[in-house]
Amino acid sequence: MELIFFIEVLAGGLLAGVMYALVALGFVLIYKASGVFNFAQGSMVFFAALTFVSLTERGWNFWLALAATLAVMVLLGVATERVVLRPLVNQAPITLFMATIGLAFVLEGLSQLLWGSQPHGLELGIPDVPMEWLSRKWNVNISQFDLFAAFVAGALVAVLALLFQKTRIGRALRAVADDHQAALAVGIPLQHIWAIVWAVAGFVALVAGVMWGVRNGVQYALTFVALKALPVLILGGFESILGAIIGGLIIGAGEKLAEVYLGPYVGGGIESWFAYVIALLFLLVRPEGLFGEKHIDRV
Amino acid sequence: MKTALAVALAAAAGFSTQAPAQAKEQFVPVNSYWVGPYAPGGSGIAAGMIDYFKLLNARDRGINGVRITWEKCETEYRNDRGVECYERSKNKGPTGATLIHPLSTGITYSLIEKGTTDKIPIVSIGYGRTDASDGRVFPYVFPLMTNYWSQNTAKIKFIGMKEGGMDRLKGKKIVNLYHDSAYGKETIPILETQAKMYGFTVTHIAVPHPGNEQQAQWLQIRQVRPDWVILRGWGVMNPTALKAAAKIGFPRDHIIGVWWSGAEEDVIPAGEAAKGYIAAGFNAPGADHVVIREIQKHVYAKGQGELEDKSRLGTIYYNRGVLWGILTTEAVRKAQERFGKGKPMTGEQVRWGLENLNIDDKRLKELGAVGFMQPLKVSCMDHEGGGAVKFQQWDGGQWKVLTDWIASDQSIVRPMIEASAAQYAQEKGIARRDCSTEK
Repeated sequence: MELIFFIEVLAGGLLAGVMYALVALGFVLIYKASGVFNFAQGSMVFFAALTFVSLTERGWNFWLALAATLAVMVLLGVATERVVLRPLVNQAPITLFMATIGLAFVLEGLSQLLWGSQPHGLELGIPDVPMEWLSRKWNVNISQFDLFAAFVAGALVAVLALLFQKTRIGRALRAVADDHQAALAVGIPLQHIWAIVWAVAGFVALVAGVMWGVRNGVQYALTFVALKALPVLILGGFESILGAIIGGLIIGAGEKLAEVYLGPYVGGGIESWFAYVIALLFLLVRPEGLFGEKHIDRV
Repeated sequence: MKTALAVALAAAAGFSTQAPAQAKEQFVPVNSYWVGPYAPGGSGIAAGMIDYFKLLNARDRGINGVRITWEKCETEYRNDRGVECYERSKNKGPTGATLIHPLSTGITYSLIEKGTTDKIPIVSIGYGRTDASDGRVFPYVFPLMTNYWSQNTAKIKFIGMKEGGMDRLKGKKIVNLYHDSAYGKETIPILETQAKMYGFTVTHIAVPHPGNEQQAQWLQIRQVRPDWVILRGWGVMNPTALKAAAKIGFPRDHIIGVWWSGAEEDVIPAGEAAKGYIAAGFNAPGADHVVIREIQKHVYAKGQGELEDKSRLGTIYYNRGVLWGILTTEAVRKAQERFGKGKPMTGEQVRWGLENLNIDDKRLKELGAVGFMQPLKVSCMDHEGGGAVKFQQWDGGQWKVLTDWIASDQSIVRPMIEASAAQYAQEKGIARRDCSTEK
């Protein structure tokens, strides 16, 4: 009985971790291509989900709304490159980071200005309830929707890995990430690359927003999911897509096990900060994160 | 969109002006939040209150000829902004701020001493500092209608009713799933007291802010196998809890929420998972109340309503705002009876009005609010005045009222309030008022 409960907590944690990884992927993409920690990723998730759900509530067909939202996110990516990033080429990373903080506030305000601040329900037709046969046979509750989210995350990682490793754009992205100036010197169009990567991050934000929107409803609190991605990034490394997934799984399972087995001894409610404890413990062993790149600076 | 733009501009400026100064006007600050995570509550309540003021101005020429004016100020549910809004609004209008609705427990705490010094009543309806119900220690603070401890005793009464009697609570298991904050923890002591009294066991499970991930908590609940779950959530924590309950197959009609977990905004995002969920409330839902119909007739029919989305008329938060408007204006009316009809009242005078509020069934009928709110009798001793709650159930499309007003158990609540208030008075060196000398 205890073992079954442990398995249930572990499985639930791993599946929750997949949801965190979905958000973390957006951060990784932009950091990988531009060395910028995109503070606005949570706001992009909110903006994408709110746009999508608002369109569907206005009678748009699901796929049409999805395509339109994707178009909006691509436009947003291009506009971000033009208005926010292009003037800051070769500025210190902290300057770019500060710019993304500004972008986050603008997006949050713009979302509510355009679509209002009311929460919305979102259903994809996949029930977020336990699979009956598993419950009946093993008394283990695993949600169908969680499994679907895991599948989506897996597919997304596969597509992104292919993009980065097997395409010209991917090579260019990696080159830009290594050194802006060197990439420019060999003829890689920095602006195009940044626009592409922000557009892809917008797509990832849309997927994450829809998944989290189904889980909790589409509302302002979606911006907080970024907080869930931070320990994942610390642990997995800011530059690794695989790291985001593995990091998500470790953080998800770790925090749930801690909440269930340690929480009662310290008053509960520990999972949100315990995730950071796990991440920081990993940092002691691997300062660049589990899959982060080792930086060697010559002095 | 237009309202949102206006509010955004107001937020950017930190303040907005609604109307030019008039000679006979009663100024009421509307400090609320129209953006951010709690905007659904803040915008709905503010709209209801403003629409009620508009109704009185349009239909009755204000209160005995004194028009009600107001100004919006965006607090973003932040203490610093709440204090800033208070400071900016306290001297507006011919007599300064009538009273302040801080619309946040945190802001209420920040304003208790300021309001007392400035002689501006701090009115926290359904939130704030529970022990401020003892008016001897808190002369300028009014947690009107019902406080968290009162509603908790009504909640246990309701569970007792469902179980077939209070004696049937013995041996039952209740989980208190609470937002890990001062607000969330507020009812732990009273639940412990009631658990001992009735023989049920209570397990407190904390959900860290913001509450958008609750798998671990609900797996714990599954292990406890409770008969009932009390949901003390706020914002995204509420739909997430209902979704997570569905995920472990816990019956939603055995989850009882506090009134900050019982609005449309708490259940709609949860979709089907919210069906059957029960929540407490101190204002009735629905647009089929005389007072709401009057607002539709005198305000919305003329295109002057505050809500852009008219479907929000009659929702829980909107109706709560109307209730706040009623209490605000009734306090002014009461003050006018003593200090001069047809004159704008000062905060000090309105404090007297609040302390002598007596909204009985007859007055409720005149207000068009029978069944919409409970009768209320405030006194120097008792700044709460009501204490009863109704229970409502979400049927997937709307809230259905399940019960009549269920009275709280003041034999449990009042001694705890007095003990806590006495401790506060001792810490702050406050001499308790002698209510027998108050007129």
